[in-house]
Amino acid sequence: MEKLEILADAAKYDVSCSSSGSKRNNKDKGLGDSKGYGICHAFTEDGRCVSLLKILLTNHCIFDCAYCVSRKSNHVKRAAFTVEEVVDVTINFYRRNYIEGLFLSSGIFDSPDYTMERLVRIAKKLRIDHNFNGYIHLKAIPGASDELMKEAGLYADRLSVNVEMPTEQSLKLLAPEKKHIDVIKPMEYLKKEIIGYREEKSLNKKAPVFAPAGQSTQMVIGATKETDMEILGMADYFYQQMNMKRVYYSGYVPISNDGRLPMIGTPVPIIRENRLYQADWLIRFYGFKVNEIVGFDQPHLDLDIDPKLGWALRNLDQFPVDINTATLEMIKRIPGIGHQNAKKIVAARKFNRLLPEHLQKMGIAYNRAKYFLAVPHPFSIQKDFTSVQIKHQILSLQNSKYKSDFSSQLALF
Amino acid sequence: MIYDGTYQGWLTAIFDSYDHKLNEVCFLKEKTASIPLFATPHYVITDEIKATRVMKGLKQRLSAEGLKNLYNIYLSEEEKSEEMMWRFVKYVFECKDNIEQNFSNSAVWDVKKLAKKVKREAHRMEAFVRFKLTKDHLFYAIIEPDHNVLPLIEGHFKGRYADQRWLIYDARRKYGIYYDLETVTTVELEFKLGAGSAKAIAEICDEREEFFQELWRRYFSSVNIKARKNMRLHIQHMPKRYWKHLPEKMPEN
Repeated sequence: MEKLEILADAAKYDVSCSSSGSKRNNKDKGLGDSKGYGICHAFTEDGRCVSLLKILLTNHCIFDCAYCVSRKSNHVKRAAFTVEEVVDVTINFYRRNYIEGLFLSSGIFDSPDYTMERLVRIAKKLRIDHNFNGYIHLKAIPGASDELMKEAGLYADRLSVNVEMPTEQSLKLLAPEKKHIDVIKPMEYLKKEIIGYREEKSLNKKAPVFAPAGQSTQMVIGATKETDMEILGMADYFYQQMNMKRVYYSGYVPISNDGRLPMIGTPVPIIRENRLYQADWLIRFYGFKVNEIVGFDQPHLDLDIDPKLGWALRNLDQFPVDINTATLEMIKRIPGIGHQNAKKIVAARKFNRLLPEHLQKMGIAYNRAKYFLAVPHPFSIQKDFTSVQIKHQILSLQNSKYKSDFSSQLALF
Repeated sequence: MIYDGTYQGWLTAIFDSYDHKLNEVCFLKEKTASIPLFATPHYVITDEIKATRVMKGLKQRLSAEGLKNLYNIYLSEEEKSEEMMWRFVKYVFECKDNIEQNFSNSAVWDVKKLAKKVKREAHRMEAFVRFKLTKDHLFYAIIEPDHNVLPLIEGHFKGRYADQRWLIYDARRKYGIYYDLETVTTVELEFKLGAGSAKAIAEICDEREEFFQELWRRYFSSVNIKARKNMRLHIQHMPKRYWKHLPEKMPEN
């Protein structure tokens, strides 16, 4: 039991939790299935989703990366699972409906191949011996051979290689033994294989699937000095060049007293992390370009307002928008109106002209959206506000629990 | 309209209200019926042919999703849900075209909103069902959802746990669904909730059951990052009313 605690504890800083994007039917009355959407079976007290059994095979590691709890020089209890133990816990948790599957990572003991070989063996045992069709996410170990990588892809739903640091320089600073290229190389290999298998599958239905849920990566943010522009630029590169399904941002949780890193006790940059996810979302689902969100003149995201509102305030000339005639793309860009609501608006306006009260009923954040809407309304005076006024009014409406964090003044009493 | 509480019964009631050209109706389930003052009671006799005709009419005018939304509302068991369905159906039959997307109409929007609430709880039950393994290899779980969601989650569990016998019991509605490795059937049984005591569990459960529950509890607490604690979000995702059936939220024995 203690082993599980140690190895779950060490794995928790990996933020990936998604169990979606794959499709595996239950075959021959076996155990489990994977659907397009995953299920969060529980939520930790910090509010994150628990959908996978997320553990390390071992926290023994030959590397000494400054940002990592499992680094060689850190004095922590060490443990390692056997292949059978991981399989047994996964199956028993799954059968009780605690989890959607397994997320398996590992410290590197001995050599990358030695470690990777064990990860692959676990996935293979689950799939073949137990006819398990639940979700499996394996962390690819940089430096492992292509053959092992290929085998991993045949059993796992998703593979990931963590880039860890947004730029090469900071990786060099914090993980001198690791090289940027060691991370990029397996990503490129995976990209090539995923595309190859997908093409084959489209021609031949019986062809095997290879990491059907694609690959993902993670960057630690706030440990080093990168700007949000650099971080989002890197993410964009992964989405465009590596066909990445997801990029995760992990706000650095101070875990060691190392001169190169923020001190223990430094707050986790939760708001910044949240803003990065919002920006990432805008890029993937709202048709925004990175340079619309951050630029050389403002390389950081605003902490006090979300990036979509930020964009709208900088581009007031694009507003007000008439929701009864505007394109879906433009409606999506209105602060307070999300992806789903934009679609509902476009569907509903076919029946009759939409008025503000309709929007309110449809669950749109009207108090936020109203500054950007052109609607026939006798009291429509909104468009005369300046961006500073709008920002101020919107901020005074929200009662964020982070409010104290925005204030630059010290509370004396 | 006094009907037997079944979906078929409600569809028959819709048929009858059109048949008798009734405009103002309210619906009562037989068991609870206490007829309002100044109302004329009409006793609905559930009739498959009538119900099928109404269903056919709805199918012609609604998408599969719209039809399902209506059924979800029936399962919501909320007060006045039948009247809400009735208003929606009347509007559906008034128009020639499909009106599901007319979100500025309150009959349409109310249905959409309540259906979503039921759907959300069904999804939560897919997440929060916790099976325990008994000595005779049955995985059983007890739930107490606000809405009657068992019919909505049956398919999910059948597809997922095809190689184990399982039973999910709704303690509020006193019935369960049982899968015997072939089909899922509805079962009514007396489940003594008092039987949840540690002793009773030890008697009926598999010898490793306690071990895995404890293991899960420990896993759950060790994945938490204390530096990021956010109880408001935690409770929003995992409402307290579900806690008593979640081993990870139960106090340790």
